[in-house]
Amino acid sequence: MRNYIYILVMALTTYLIRVIPLTLLRKEITNRTFRSFLTYVPYVTLAVMTFPAILSITEEPWIAWVGFVAAMVLAYNRVSLFIVSLGCCALVLALQML
Amino acid sequence: MIHRQMYLKGMRDGIPVMLGYFVVSITIGIAARGANLTALQAAVMSLTNLTSAGQFASFAIIAAGAPYLELMVSQAVINLRYCLMSCALSQKVDQRMPFYHRLFMACGITDEIFGLAIGQKGKLDPWYMYGAMSVAIPGWTLGTLLGILSTGLLPPAILNAMNMALYGMFIAIFMPAARDNPILLPIIAVSMGASAVFQMLPVFDFISSGIKIIILTLAISLGAAVLFPIAEKETAEETAADGKEALRP
Repeated sequence: MRNYIYILVMALTTYLIRVIPLTLLRKEITNRTFRSFLTYVPYVTLAVMTFPAILSITEEPWIAWVGFVAAMVLAYNRVSLFIVSLGCCALVLALQML
Repeated sequence: MIHRQMYLKGMRDGIPVMLGYFVVSITIGIAARGANLTALQAAVMSLTNLTSAGQFASFAIIAAGAPYLELMVSQAVINLRYCLMSCALSQKVDQRMPFYHRLFMACGITDEIFGLAIGQKGKLDPWYMYGAMSVAIPGWTLGTLLGILSTGLLPPAILNAMNMALYGMFIAIFMPAARDNPILLPIIAVSMGASAVFQMLPVFDFISSGIKIIILTLAISLGAAVLFPIAEKETAEETAADGKEALRP
């Protein structure tokens, strides 16, 4: 039972963090710097989370490097999200089977 | 009809997220054993929380029988980035959208689903997000269940490859945007470089990965916003729209 209270407490805390800005900010933000900041946030966050964590997903780092570079090149050349994602997944799987 | 199309599109784009979540949540399920959670409790936690770093951190706290306040503070800090994402999302939706959508959309704010949502062209249709959520959340919950019920079911090579799918998805979100908006390229390079430095230098060992992400995101985004403010005409959604067009050529 106590475990369920823990789960409820953390679920509520996390939900509040997610819901408060989305419900309170109901107008367009006009401040240019803040707008720019919010525009950059997702890309910076994704880049920070991807690298260097991506390099440690396989036991042999070179395989992860190949997957990383392949995904970067494909994505930069506007290959669709689905193909980039599953393509580098299949590539890494194949290289591990060698 | 348009909602249905957006919902289906969200589901399709959510498939890589589902695969990635499935793998990560298997490790979550395995870790949940350490906190003496039952399989049902672990699954309920994943369904209601949907936060990898937060759930990982919670296991030690729950196992120790720590006060609820400690759990709240740890979750608030670790998940602070969702707060930033929620701010960004508030600017991405149509301000005339019915209010209750905001309450439902908030449930789906994770790194990955947010990434998909922000990459959409123009204003965000909540149904797109619901589509992604409807495949991603079951993936997260079922993976957790599988993890706690059975360790070592899938061979490591497949788990690694599924992990790669998750990162491949991240890359497919930020790289096309960088091609369209050249200033993003050095910003992404600096982000990756700084992240690597934080990882390598033992000085930063005391910082958890959740905090590391917050610090780097705040510092680099703020620096970029001051140095390279975006012109009024290309506001957040139009910049994201550029990325979106790149995603779907």
